[in-house]
Amino acid sequence: MSDCRSDPGADDAFEVCRLVAGRLAGFLRTLRDNGFAIGLQEASDAAAVMASGYVARPGWLKSALKQLLSARKADWDRFDGLFDAFWLGRRVRSRSLTVNSARTGHSPSLKSLQHRPDESTGGDAATDQIPSAGDAPATDGSEGRMEGASRADNLAGVDFRHMTDPEQIEQAHAAAARLARILRTRLTRRDRARRRGYRLDLRRTIHGNISHGGVPIRLVHRQRKAKPLRLVVLLDASGSMSLYTGVFLRFIHGVLDEFREAEAFLFHTRLAHVSDAMKEKDAARALDRLSIMAQGAGGGTRIGESLQTFNRWHAARVLHSRSCVMIVSDGHETGDAGLLASEMAALARRCRRIVWLNPMLGWPGYAPEAAGIKAALPHVDLFAAANTLHSLRALEPYLAKL
Amino acid sequence: MNDRGQIAQALSAAGYIADAELATAISLMQLLRRPLLLEGEAGVGKTEVAKALAALHATELIRLQCYEGLDQSAALYEWNYQRQLLAIQAHRGENAGTIEDQIFSEKYLLERPLLAAIRRATPPVLLIDEIDRADDEFEAFLLELLSDFQVSIPELGTIKATSIPHVVLTSNGTRELSDALRRRCLYHYVDYPDVDREARIILARIEGIGTALSLQIARLVETIRKQDLRKVPGVAETLDWAAALVGLGVHDLHEAPETVHDTLMCLLKTHEDRARFKPEITARLLGQVA
Repeated sequence: MSDCRSDPGADDAFEVCRLVAGRLAGFLRTLRDNGFAIGLQEASDAAAVMASGYVARPGWLKSALKQLLSARKADWDRFDGLFDAFWLGRRVRSRSLTVNSARTGHSPSLKSLQHRPDESTGGDAATDQIPSAGDAPATDGSEGRMEGASRADNLAGVDFRHMTDPEQIEQAHAAAARLARILRTRLTRRDRARRRGYRLDLRRTIHGNISHGGVPIRLVHRQRKAKPLRLVVLLDASGSMSLYTGVFLRFIHGVLDEFREAEAFLFHTRLAHVSDAMKEKDAARALDRLSIMAQGAGGGTRIGESLQTFNRWHAARVLHSRSCVMIVSDGHETGDAGLLASEMAALARRCRRIVWLNPMLGWPGYAPEAAGIKAALPHVDLFAAANTLHSLRALEPYLAKL
Repeated sequence: MNDRGQIAQALSAAGYIADAELATAISLMQLLRRPLLLEGEAGVGKTEVAKALAALHATELIRLQCYEGLDQSAALYEWNYQRQLLAIQAHRGENAGTIEDQIFSEKYLLERPLLAAIRRATPPVLLIDEIDRADDEFEAFLLELLSDFQVSIPELGTIKATSIPHVVLTSNGTRELSDALRRRCLYHYVDYPDVDREARIILARIEGIGTALSLQIARLVETIRKQDLRKVPGVAETLDWAAALVGLGVHDLHEAPETVHDTLMCLLKTHEDRARFKPEITARLLGQVA
């Protein structure tokens, strides 16, 4: 009797093992899709965890796998939701889903981009989020006048909002990317030239001169390690800035590509960390990805609240004493200007310099009268116009001084 | 010892009140032989975990404090150059080969924490504190050591680990760690404890404190953490404050609101936070605690 029962039992057990292994693989795939870094070693360890009796209690299994498979706070916070959704069939919280769609390649627009490679010239169209139609009448005249001048000079002085021709915009984007690269190389060279030993390293000197019987012939100095400048860019992507967002996104993309240490954030009514999305090599695709993030949910710009989020959650990790924060915004604060002032003060304490680029400063007859910008100005080290390539280039000597 | 209930009990006997997830992490450390990476705000007791773990295994705690510019000679090993030189001077005229063999022997080797950790008879707890303060290069080097557990010293040869230490890494998140290191480790985010656990921590750590007072303190600290502060007080600050209150002879927070307000400096560590906490605010928060 025991004989005839044990056989199907073993078969069942084997079948269960196979199913569990399959489900586990599926779970790991889900996690990978959500941006978890999981390798083969983790997969086999996860199986070992399941085999060691943790399966008996779902709560235990959840926390055991959580420790094993998360690698950072963001993973840690999302794990429970994903676990419940996969194993217990509960609905995943919307936050996980949105993060998922932003980080992996599942956003509808990215997919559509991948599915029409024949329209690769359409990539340009994707980059210029600049609504140009409304601006057309204003530019016709200026373009006509500049026709005879050298092409490059012409472009350098033209306000970005007056660029309507897609080809011209593409050139401006390329110039912005090139500019970011120039900034990077000059900064590095200056750093290296400054390196010089300033203090004698006694231990190493003795070590290095053992071959001379300890007579210090060759001296070893300590060198100050020159740390690269870190640039943190906060870009206002609200409606009032939409004419400039495209070019600045391209500039930021170039900066992130070339600087060893750089971080980028977008804000409108809330703050989004976009460094990862920006690390996409293909500029057009990175910009497309970002323009989705840049579309604000509602109208208005909450600079103060966005800065508060930044100070609270990102500043400790992103900023150190050799950081320069570059805020690109027109300062049209729709929230509380008092909050903006206090958050700017907090930010100023944390970093070396704050550069505020305001494209509108280049407009004739513009004065920084908006409540937001008035509140922020006392804490800003450099307040500059950045409405043309020329004015962007003028920043370089300032950044090199840091 | 693989049951997490047992582990939690053993930890609390060692003076660390762990939540269930941390107990799981520690049992997984033994099961999978992986290092444990602890992240969290300053002052939530990350370093304490390692100390409690050492007490749990009744073994030695070897600590490597990371800082910017930390290099191999400070972390792994270094030759004792001065003694080597003295030996050369003392044995002048002898066979060069024997002198060389002599001065590159164990006797002249200075053990630094990482080497010490892999050469113990019983596996110690190796605490690599604030790994985010070390440079990227050191992180890469550490990664290699943590996977192979062997060190090669050119003059001596390869030293293999006699025992694999229990490795605990902590990070304050001042720098993003590499994915490779994160993947290698178990991850645990240490959060501020809830009221109940914090009260138990106070009870375990402060001598001569009553259950009622520790619960009041834990509740008040939790409401203070919810305020918009520049620097949120950690568990270490709570313990300081509790010790201060006990030292001043307070038995009930409501009986001594002025003392409570005056001793808040134990919790609030910036001028801004201190200035914002006017006596009325302290009184209001005290009222919420009940």
